[in-house]
Amino acid sequence: MKVVVNVFLKAGVLDSQGKAVHHALKSIHFDNVSDVRVGKQIILNLNESDEKKAMEDATRMCEDLLANTVIEDYTIEIVK
Amino acid sequence: MKVTILQFPGTNCEYDAQHAFKSLGADTEILWHKSETVPSDTDLLVVAGGFSYGDYLRSGAIAKFSPVMLAVKKYAKDGGKVLGICNGFQVLTESGLLPGALKRNETLHFISKHHHLKVINNENIFLEKLNNGDIVNIPIAHHDGNYYIDENGLKELYENNQVLLKYCDEEGNEKNPNGSIDSIAGVCNKERNVFGLMPHPERAMEAILGSDDGIKMLQGFLNA
Repeated sequence: MKVVVNVFLKAGVLDSQGKAVHHALKSIHFDNVSDVRVGKQIILNLNESDEKKAMEDATRMCEDLLANTVIEDYTIEIVK
Repeated sequence: MKVTILQFPGTNCEYDAQHAFKSLGADTEILWHKSETVPSDTDLLVVAGGFSYGDYLRSGAIAKFSPVMLAVKKYAKDGGKVLGICNGFQVLTESGLLPGALKRNETLHFISKHHHLKVINNENIFLEKLNNGDIVNIPIAHHDGNYYIDENGLKELYENNQVLLKYCDEEGNEKNPNGSIDSIAGVCNKERNVFGLMPHPERAMEAILGSDDGIKMLQGFLNA
């Protein structure tokens, strides 16, 4: 089972990389961009057929390692 | 006085730290991260700087699962003194031994230069050789030194005198190189036995190399 984890800085925590990319997009004339957030995507291949168990495991992975919940939020998506 | 210095794959300041503490008269030992114990005669455990595990995922994030970190947590819980410098500070925040987190520098640049710091609170073993308001000149060298903690956490830090050092200019006016909240450069835990800072006092031990202000900082640990 494929599990896709997205990790982004929490709303309210300044995203300097997002800001820099936004600035660069403006400089190449994409004036319609109002905000940019840069995060990371982690793709897991789990040997697991139980969706509930996969979700539980991925949540624990995020809490323990994949995200630093002091500054980051995460989303988990199970891809069938 | 025995100083034990942790070494992860990618640590690169362990020998600087060893040199610094040796020059102050301490016995030292470098401890590989696979160790499951902290030597029992350890008076101070130093988590040295560098790029543990290549800083992959986040600075300090993978090092927190090294076997030795369980022993470090127990050592700290039992009141043992721990000092995290630079990457060591990041490892200690990731491990939950210190509050807050270190983000990418606001300018996105790696910053490597001497910077002045102001002593905010000396009621702890680390800074007791200095006075509040003293200014020291210490090198910084980091990409992820932008200290962050939420509003409640910040309030708690001040209430418990856990804010130890702030970045400033030569005269002591606040000057922020990396975007850290309130220009914070170093903090300790509530119990005041775990300390972390981004600047490198172990690289400021000889005036001929730019500054020896690190001596007064590290000496605090030696008379314990």
